Amino acid sequence: MPEANGPLLEFEAVNTFYGDLHVLKDVCYIIGRGEIVSLLGGNACGKSTTMKTIMGIVRPASGAVRFDGVEIQQLSTAERVRRGIAPVLEARRLFPRMTVFENLEMGAYIHKRGPEFEADVERVYARFPRVKERRNQLAGTLSGGEQQMVAIGRALMARPRMICMDEPSMGLSPLYVEQVFEIIQQINADGISIFMVEQNASMALQIAHRAYVLQTGRVVLSGTAKELRDNPAIREAYLGELQVPAPA
Amino acid sequence: MTTASLLLQQLINGLSLGAMYALLALGFTLVYGILELINFAHFNVFMVGTFIAMWTLEGLGLSGQSVILHGPALIAVLAAGFAVTMVVTGVLGVGIERFVLRPLRDVKGPAAMITTIGVSYVLFNVILLFVGAGSQNFPNPMPQARFNIAGAVIELREVLIWVVAIVLMLALTFFVQSTKIGRAMRATAQDPEAARMMGVEVDRVIMTAFFLGSALAGAGGMVFGLYYNYTSFIVGFTAGLRAFTAAVLGGIGNVPGAMLGGIVIGLIEALGSQFVGASWADVVIFSILVLVLVFRPAGLLGRVAPNKS
Repeated sequence: MPEANGPLLEFEAVNTFYGDLHVLKDVCYIIGRGEIVSLLGGNACGKSTTMKTIMGIVRPASGAVRFDGVEIQQLSTAERVRRGIAPVLEARRLFPRMTVFENLEMGAYIHKRGPEFEADVERVYARFPRVKERRNQLAGTLSGGEQQMVAIGRALMARPRMICMDEPSMGLSPLYVEQVFEIIQQINADGISIFMVEQNASMALQIAHRAYVLQTGRVVLSGTAKELRDNPAIREAYLGELQVPAPA
Repeated sequence: MTTASLLLQQLINGLSLGAMYALLALGFTLVYGILELINFAHFNVFMVGTFIAMWTLEGLGLSGQSVILHGPALIAVLAAGFAVTMVVTGVLGVGIERFVLRPLRDVKGPAAMITTIGVSYVLFNVILLFVGAGSQNFPNPMPQARFNIAGAVIELREVLIWVVAIVLMLALTFFVQSTKIGRAMRATAQDPEAARMMGVEVDRVIMTAFFLGSALAGAGGMVFGLYYNYTSFIVGFTAGLRAFTAAVLGGIGNVPGAMLGGIVIGLIEALGSQFVGASWADVVIFSILVLVLVFRPAGLLGRVAPNKS
């Protein structure tokens, strides 16, 4: 295993374009082994482009993306999945007219069918009893919260080393948001690194170890979650409404 | 013949035509489902299929209707004819995708669709150049067995068409529903980007769709030859257009929809020819298409597609 102690995922001066639009500007991130790293920022600041750059849906114009010490920016999406990066996509993006079980099968697409697959399915069912109940239902008929469970289960089926989550709390009821963040911590405790784009900054900073703040395609701030929580600029920009007034 | 037995007879004819259109419609729908591309080359892949089938059967020693086979020999010759034709047209479809359409994959707009029209003309003219414009006598080794029911006649060739169509459609359904690559095809049709991020190699899925669709067109081509006992360079247009209509009628992109649409178009053609007039068949077919699209724009079994953001 190359550089077993180096970062798991690393962006080095990455620039990504959509046509003429310069979306990511000299972006650097480091996601360590076993870390939860959160990416904060407003709309259209490059968060989703970051996810697409990691997954190989868009290729950077310059810079390096390394996973486990190996440059991956030229590799196909499938190859990246095989190396251990799995996505939980924005708005879940389940295959709506496939059953929940078939969605899990798609999550395990890179693996051969066998006893390990069965064990993975059982682990997902054990973690998400609701997913087991709904296994023969079309994924499109599930509630948003249930779909998010399936989306996370689907990512786990790939036996990933890192999961990239794009807005895991978006469109969920507060109860489910709470639950999703708990699950993220459990998954992380099992040794899977998490890179998470999230609008809900206060929740994200509660579970993340570190975070980056992205503004119009540039990393403007980074640090441990505690540092960011205590940063007055962050409190104003991202935690504003959720700030509890200090007791007089 | 009484009106009732005429009706029955035309239902039988319509099912045979419909089975052929369904085989052909599946190719449009498989490719559209994945690429949202209307593949007009499919018309003439089918036409080439009729010729491949003809040459294969001739290569097996048949000529015209003079050699009649029975039992296992008949089944073996027909099976070999279908197998060779389907593999050749399947490879032709994959070749069209790989060398003509793939370079245009990321070009927006109608370029790829226009290109399929061009490919269609190339196939059309290649056959015209090498075979000529005349109709070719299509070999048919089947005995003239007929079954009478209630005043209507079912011929052996019609039974064959139904059996072939049912077997191929069941095989396709099994493939799409229960194999790994079939699942990847469905996933890609529903959300190509998400499928990619599951590790699906989309190029392989697209090639598979072209292979299957073109192989089914080849089977349809052989069915056409056995049904009409002739072929020519021009047969792709009428059959192709009706099959395309069938795919749209059933809900393009929808596999059961293509099967249903094919049967419906076949029945409309047969009944329309009988009760409205043969020269009005296309008028009836396309009028019904227009009506269906006005009231059910997504087709009989289609869903209204959600907006992809």
